[in-house]
Amino acid sequence: MTAALAAEQALNGLQLGLMLFLMAAGLTLVLGIMDTINLAHGSLYMTGAYLAAAVYAAAGSFLVAVVAAVAGTALIGALLEMTVLRALYRRDHLSQVLATFAIILIANETIRMIWGPQPVALPTPRALSGPVELLPGFLYPAWRLVLIAAGLGVAVLLFILVTYTRAGMRVRAGASNREMAEVMGVDVKRLFTVVFAIGAALCALAGALLGPLLAVQVGMGESILILAFVVVVIGGIGSIRGAFVGALLVGVVDTAGRALLFPALASIAIYVLMAAVLFWKPQGLFPARG
Amino acid sequence: MKKAGSVALALALAMGSAHAADKVKVGFLSTLSGPGGALGVDIEDGFKLALKSTGSKLGGLPAELVVVDDQQNPDVAKQATDRLLKRDKVDLMTGIVFSNIMLAVGPTIFDSKTFYVSANAGPSQYAGAQCNPYFFNVAWQNDNLHEAVGKHVAEKGFRNVALVAPNYPAGKDALTGFKRYYNGKVADEIYTKLGQLDYAAELAQIRATRPDAVYIFLPGGMGINFIKQYAAAGLAKDVPLFGPGFSADEDVIRAAGDAMNGMYNASQWAHDLPNAENRRFVADFEREYGRLPSLYASQGYDAALLIDAAVRKVKGNLDDKEALRAALAAADFKSVRGAFKFNRNHYPVQDYYLRVVEKDAKGRVTNRTVGTIFKDHADAYANECAMK
Repeated sequence: MTAALAAEQALNGLQLGLMLFLMAAGLTLVLGIMDTINLAHGSLYMTGAYLAAAVYAAAGSFLVAVVAAVAGTALIGALLEMTVLRALYRRDHLSQVLATFAIILIANETIRMIWGPQPVALPTPRALSGPVELLPGFLYPAWRLVLIAAGLGVAVLLFILVTYTRAGMRVRAGASNREMAEVMGVDVKRLFTVVFAIGAALCALAGALLGPLLAVQVGMGESILILAFVVVVIGGIGSIRGAFVGALLVGVVDTAGRALLFPALASIAIYVLMAAVLFWKPQGLFPARG
Repeated sequence: MKKAGSVALALALAMGSAHAADKVKVGFLSTLSGPGGALGVDIEDGFKLALKSTGSKLGGLPAELVVVDDQQNPDVAKQATDRLLKRDKVDLMTGIVFSNIMLAVGPTIFDSKTFYVSANAGPSQYAGAQCNPYFFNVAWQNDNLHEAVGKHVAEKGFRNVALVAPNYPAGKDALTGFKRYYNGKVADEIYTKLGQLDYAAELAQIRATRPDAVYIFLPGGMGINFIKQYAAAGLAKDVPLFGPGFSADEDVIRAAGDAMNGMYNASQWAHDLPNAENRRFVADFEREYGRLPSLYASQGYDAALLIDAAVRKVKGNLDDKEALRAALAAADFKSVRGAFKFNRNHYPVQDYYLRVVEKDAKGRVTNRTVGTIFKDHADAYANECAMK
């Protein structure tokens, strides 16, 4: 393998990892703070991609499409939390899995009724549709660079939000000990709604940004949800930092596996990674609860 | 309904044997939801369009269509098949998209002596040693489109081609089909995970290998993912991309758009084939559904026309299985693809065309037929079939 190929594969791993981070960040917070398993997280990702496709086709600006998709999905997420999820916090995980699985089915059929069963188009903005030459002879797709930049930007923003702001402090408090945070006067009800909406917004961002590279179709959320859960488990439930490190690990291991290993081994590489992490650190790499 | 049925039955019994049925009941089992749902819906739309053109009749008898979704799940499909055969007592079945589902429910259908007219799935098993008197395929044998592209790529002088397919039986079969007629060097044979999303690692590998063409068999969403990423990587300009017709038809084009420009592919049908039946089919389909038909829709349409012709030929006497089989095998219908006949294994002998995706006169990205790759092409398994 030449140096250029190795560098390209490293960038590929980084880019895949950052997109998984956008998915996993919201998932880990919902799981960590609300102690709720939300299988419908992928449906919010799908919703974001479809909203972005519709707005992009109508308005012609990708930026407008992303903003609309993020805002719209955050709103849907908040409504979903207030109407359905809220009733599930006190139930056991089996009820949560069943109820959020029902949401997946409802979301898929709703999207199908509105946009039809055929995949829809979400093209790359023309200026960014080709590759750029990073070094002489080293081409890299411009859109993947956009994804890397956006992913890093959001990661930094989330890090600042969670580490240095009062809201972030509440989120961390809720993740490490929910009862204690409640006793200390945190308005948990509102906090949950806000966290869920932020998780939905991050999903929508991932959906809108990945749309130009992936098929925007019914059921697209389920395939990426499994990867997001692997990231959450590796990183440690409830930890943003864990989600970040876990996502990059999964991205790099998956890419390296496909570049270097036999196909049969490559497709299980990330699960081997997960098993190894769970063997040595059963709580994940950065558990939120001490 | 039930009462009317039993009265009719009593009357029929009173009148004696060799009677014509009062209607034709078709069990339409297909994948209508989930990621593979678009394909089944296309077949269903095609089938229903044909029924509309015949005034909801098949062979002059009122047609009743029982539509069931198999959810791309063999277990669901098996239960649905039992229901269609035992409760609904359908006269014929059609609609299945995926070969693994076809193979799961095939034995039950054949054991009940019910004819199955496949509008898509064409597994090699039913073309070869396990060929069955109750199975007819009006689309293609699974390998055929791959064989056609393989032949074209070889004729065009490409000598170093990279191949990409998912790591599952149909993926390996597809590349075997391609290599049956492609005699050049294989630059790289890449098997990916089924349902894979990201192809960056594979694309980097392809760029490093420097093949002079790439052939993909990545059905459904995988193909859309790959083609979009192939264009984003800028490979499409230097290394032409080839695929079978189902990797480059309307469902994929609608999702991938301009990224598909210049992609060559092979199909037994194209929306611009210049025969009268096809012109009418495409115009009717566009008027009815507001989109161009795909090859799946054409296969659903042809399945209905085939059943229509066969029922007419036996004068509605659906109980005479021998006569109905002979009538189906005769394939006395005007296919939208032009000339069509069945081989002795009940799979098609037909022409395969080369198509290229580009902007048409109306500014739509779609397929244009470039030429004919195979004339009267049969599949490679017919010799293993014991049927005469």
